[in-house]
Amino acid sequence: MSIIVDKDSRVIFQGFTGQHASFHAEEAMHMGTQVVGGVTPGKGGQEHLGLPVFDTVDAAVREAGANVSVLFVPPPFSGDAILEAIDAGIEVIVVITDGVPTQDMVRVKRYQVGHDTLIVGPNTAGVITPNQCKAGIMPSHIYQPGPIGVVSRSGTLNYEAVEQMNELGLGQTTSISIGGDPVNGCDFLTILKKFDADPATEAVLMIGEIGGQQEVEAARWAREHMNKPLAAFIAGATAPPGRRMGHAGAIISGADDTAQAKMEALEKLGVSVVRNAAEIGKTLKGLIE
Amino acid sequence: MNIHEYQAKELFRKYDVPVPEGHVAHTASQALSIAEQIDGERWVVKAQIHAGGRGKGGGVKVTSAIDEVEQLADQLIGSQLVTPQTGPAGRTVHRVLIEQAQDIAHEYYLSLLIDRGSQRITVIASDAGGMDIEQVAADTPDRIVREAIDPAIGLQDFQCRKIANGIGLRGKQIHALTGMLKRLYRCFRDSDAQLLEINPLARLDDGKLIALDAKMGFDDNALFRHPDITDLRDFDEEDPKEVDASGHDLSYIALDGDVGCIVNGAGLAMATMDAISFYGGVPANFLDVGGGASPEKIANAFRIVLEDPNVKSVMLNIFAGINRCDWIAEGIVQAIRDQHIDTPVIVRLAGTNVEQGKAILAASGLNYIEADKLDDAARKSVAAAKGEQA
Repeated sequence: MSIIVDKDSRVIFQGFTGQHASFHAEEAMHMGTQVVGGVTPGKGGQEHLGLPVFDTVDAAVREAGANVSVLFVPPPFSGDAILEAIDAGIEVIVVITDGVPTQDMVRVKRYQVGHDTLIVGPNTAGVITPNQCKAGIMPSHIYQPGPIGVVSRSGTLNYEAVEQMNELGLGQTTSISIGGDPVNGCDFLTILKKFDADPATEAVLMIGEIGGQQEVEAARWAREHMNKPLAAFIAGATAPPGRRMGHAGAIISGADDTAQAKMEALEKLGVSVVRNAAEIGKTLKGLIE
Repeated sequence: MNIHEYQAKELFRKYDVPVPEGHVAHTASQALSIAEQIDGERWVVKAQIHAGGRGKGGGVKVTSAIDEVEQLADQLIGSQLVTPQTGPAGRTVHRVLIEQAQDIAHEYYLSLLIDRGSQRITVIASDAGGMDIEQVAADTPDRIVREAIDPAIGLQDFQCRKIANGIGLRGKQIHALTGMLKRLYRCFRDSDAQLLEINPLARLDDGKLIALDAKMGFDDNALFRHPDITDLRDFDEEDPKEVDASGHDLSYIALDGDVGCIVNGAGLAMATMDAISFYGGVPANFLDVGGGASPEKIANAFRIVLEDPNVKSVMLNIFAGINRCDWIAEGIVQAIRDQHIDTPVIVRLAGTNVEQGKAILAASGLNYIEADKLDDAARKSVAAAKGEQA
């Protein structure tokens, strides 16, 4: 089993004919992802990578049965492109774009209310169900099927954790990066609930960072409702307060936001907290056995 | 991006938000002539730096002798102002704001920000103005009023009345605050602000409400559609190395250790710093090269990290997804060769095109320390900084 995407997902790319989208569409197909086309306004009717190009997401849904979109649209236009995908009835929108204006996301989140759409990102590496569907930019060869659900803010730290898991023979049901922006499509809690409901997921790894209280809120829910072991790593123990550490959301703005405070709060909630980033794999192995 | 108080107040004026009469001065004589043009009997001289806590640091002076305006301005301009937010080195004052002093009956706190919890623009207000709002929130949370704004319909009158009521405003002032809040919301929304803070908002002896202070920060990701706001950027207020780095699309923050870091992805960059610390070292910087890093970008990253004289080793940690290890390796070779780097460089490559990347490095014949894993790389980098071998 898996969550969010699987072998039946019908994937399109928004901003399809661009360099990055083309590269990652081919990579996705290489892993066996069912890519059914893409959208580039003004290029509808053409063919790209042997697949149809549509002018609108609506057309891609009607004519190609798309239900997942991976979005590579540049920041000035990405808010509108997400709204278009929500309107067209896309079920999962993965926003790769880094640099989407925050207030555009505030409007997107408002429009999302009442629509049955999951938004992943912006500024995300995406979501992957190994050997079934890759809707993102991660190096797919490091991901293997297995019993662990992985959810992180960061993309590259997700890769790091997965590589450590691989060395110990631990694979993933699904792995997802929710992105590093302060206003993003989905939070840790939404994803934990999905992993909890997935019978194939035996344990969950949550990789958070400084800033906000999402990780603690998710862990609070997990203590009451989740019957699976939960491990966590929080990046940014050495980050100075008040400075934005690359991710727009990664800023310590209060005492509760520090890595130390979050790790302590998570431990109190029964989460297995990994203190050394190099021991993420080992900790999970211990939880499974 | 942050702007100065006087710039925020000029923006407020465009939205008819009341602020004291005043103007910015770059010299003491300018300060005097501005004071002469302003009505009233008392004047305020305020140092313009981006850090808060200026009053505590001696950066805000009031005088009723007009000649003193020149003296006070002269003392402040060119001085290093140390406040609780500047760090011990302080900031150089390049200009002062000269304003008419006000007769204050009460001070309130007012701000708009993008709240991470509700994911909406939110108004925060308190009747405890002029104080550290985080402290007020911690000690007396019932003195804080919060109101999230639905972006579909905007800030509504009834919400403004709730806020006014929550901070104890009465009669005509409820109406005055409503108008002010709605104009501030427009200002915040139109300019893609991230933070708009008025501390204090004053009720004067004559009952009027006026913004005595003004602080604004903007979303860097939205500056492309605000050339007028981008023009307000003051490079004097920023670390020149961070400006240099951002010009090359690198995200760099200087820290006080001796192990330099070059990493892709903000999360992995923080975890790399944490690992260095875990193995007994101290990171010298945060540096995220981002996605699609070209050889030039890597070379610039080396240059910026090595400009810090404290750096004794450099740990390069790349887990390529959207990046390519072969490009990264070319950048490393180019940097070590062209910049004649003799500081120990520890390289950990993983992900997309890792074999090609390692082959390029091996074929270069250059001196570098290879590491396979995060812990291995962190250990070797810490040891190298201490002049040892791991």
